[in-house]
Amino acid sequence: MDFGFCLSPSSHVKMDSVDLTTFNRLKETNPDVNTCIACGSCTATCTAGNFTEMSFRRILLMLQRSKEEEAKKMIQRCMLCGKCTLVCPRGINIRKILLDITR
Amino acid sequence: MKENIIIIGGGAAGMEAATQLQKLGLTPVIIEKSNALGGHIAQWDKLFPAFHNAKDVVSKMFDNVKDIKTYLNTEVTDIQRNADGFHAVLSNGEAIDGKAVVLATGFDLFKAERKQEYGYGIYNNVITSLELEKFFRTRKDERINNPKKIGFVHCVGARDVKVGNTYCSKVCCTTALKQACEMKEVFPEAEVYTFYMDLRMFGPGYEDLYLKTQKDYDVKCIRGRVCEVSEDMDGRLVIKAEDTLFGKPLRMTLDLLVLMCSMEKNKSIDKIQQQLGVENNSDGFMQNRDMYLGMNDSKQEGVFVAGTCTAPKSLPDTIGEARSVAVEVFNYVNNK
Ligand code: SF4
Ligand code: SF4
Ligand code: SF4
Repeated sequence: MDFGFCLSPSSHVKMDSVDLTTFNRLKETNPDVNTCIACGSCTATCTAGNFTEMSFRRILLMLQRSKEEEAKKMIQRCMLCGKCTLVCPRGINIRKILLDITR
Repeated sequence: MKENIIIIGGGAAGMEAATQLQKLGLTPVIIEKSNALGGHIAQWDKLFPAFHNAKDVVSKMFDNVKDIKTYLNTEVTDIQRNADGFHAVLSNGEAIDGKAVVLATGFDLFKAERKQEYGYGIYNNVITSLELEKFFRTRKDERINNPKKIGFVHCVGARDVKVGNTYCSKVCCTTALKQACEMKEVFPEAEVYTFYMDLRMFGPGYEDLYLKTQKDYDVKCIRGRVCEVSEDMDGRLVIKAEDTLFGKPLRMTLDLLVLMCSMEKNKSIDKIQQQLGVENNSDGFMQNRDMYLGMNDSKQEGVFVAGTCTAPKSLPDTIGEARSVAVEVFNYVNNK
């Protein structure tokens, strides 16, 4: 009998089973991926971000929240102009990291 | 007992240290390079978190040091250690001897034009926190012309490897909120925004100020670092930031932008500091002997440090250090 109830999938980020394979691999060659303070400068200045959802800050988060496919899709918006690297107050080599993720 | 203590710097730290040393029976001598005592705090209008008049505090400090020997417009040009302590040559040609030296040389404000993308010195309506403070005192500044939309940028010259300053300057978050509220009082019709990465409300009453900022003054705090400033055809400022909590890039047109400039060590003392053998930390500020139990000692015997020469500090922090350095010097002189 259908009472009209159903179980909604949990909306939580499942940190207990999070897959960090790509992020950890990235970290080996780019230890600065850990140093982002989420200031948003990269997103604000991003050439692609003016027209798309491109946000490097969020890509780093996606890779740490089992959203690798989304991250890779987002990266396709990047034009590798390097403006983000210029403004990052932590001096993160963003352009190189973006390239390394797709490698 | 005539034991001269050479205090270099006549700002809050130097004046308070001198006051306490005198009470302890020593003879402090203040050497100040500018033409007046008071340092940066004397240029301030109101103090956070409760909008006290800076003048009230500073004038009490002036009063406390009125009988203390003070050299104005004077720098130490050479300092040597000898059997009795130190021999300092002054820029006015005099020389003084002292048992101990207190470095209370303070900070310089970050030069906002170094952060070119914020347009200070290029666009007319970009000003610094210090200039705004001067406006509050004098109500005169041609650039502040009944602004309808005002923005504050936090962390200018701080937390930023691109300018070589990775440290947090500690007081500018609270100062920004204080000044934002004051702007609302002067221009009640204006919209006021602050752009922050983290709001560091570290002291007593500071979080209350934050609450007041939101509740009573309707200042909007946006979490995102301003990364670019430009000017539109009408000469208004256009800023770019990410609204990180909303997750979207943001643009805003403003009539006035205030840059919260960080503190950097006052470098005009570098030569004397080197002669005394006091080193810097990697952040460019002076090194003390120990972060906890040797805050006001340098690693050199008889050389002491107090106030913002070792790190950015608030006024209460600085006064606390000045009092503590007086005790350190007193113990040092008496145990020698
Ligand atoms: S390099 Fe890519 S992510 Fe960085 S600013 Fe340019 S387009 Fe945006
Ligand atoms: S600019 Fe740098 S620190 Fe700021 S959000 Fe982007 S990557 Fe992180
Ligand atoms: S106190 Fe606030 S504005 Fe100042 S450097 Fe620290 S975080 Fe930035």
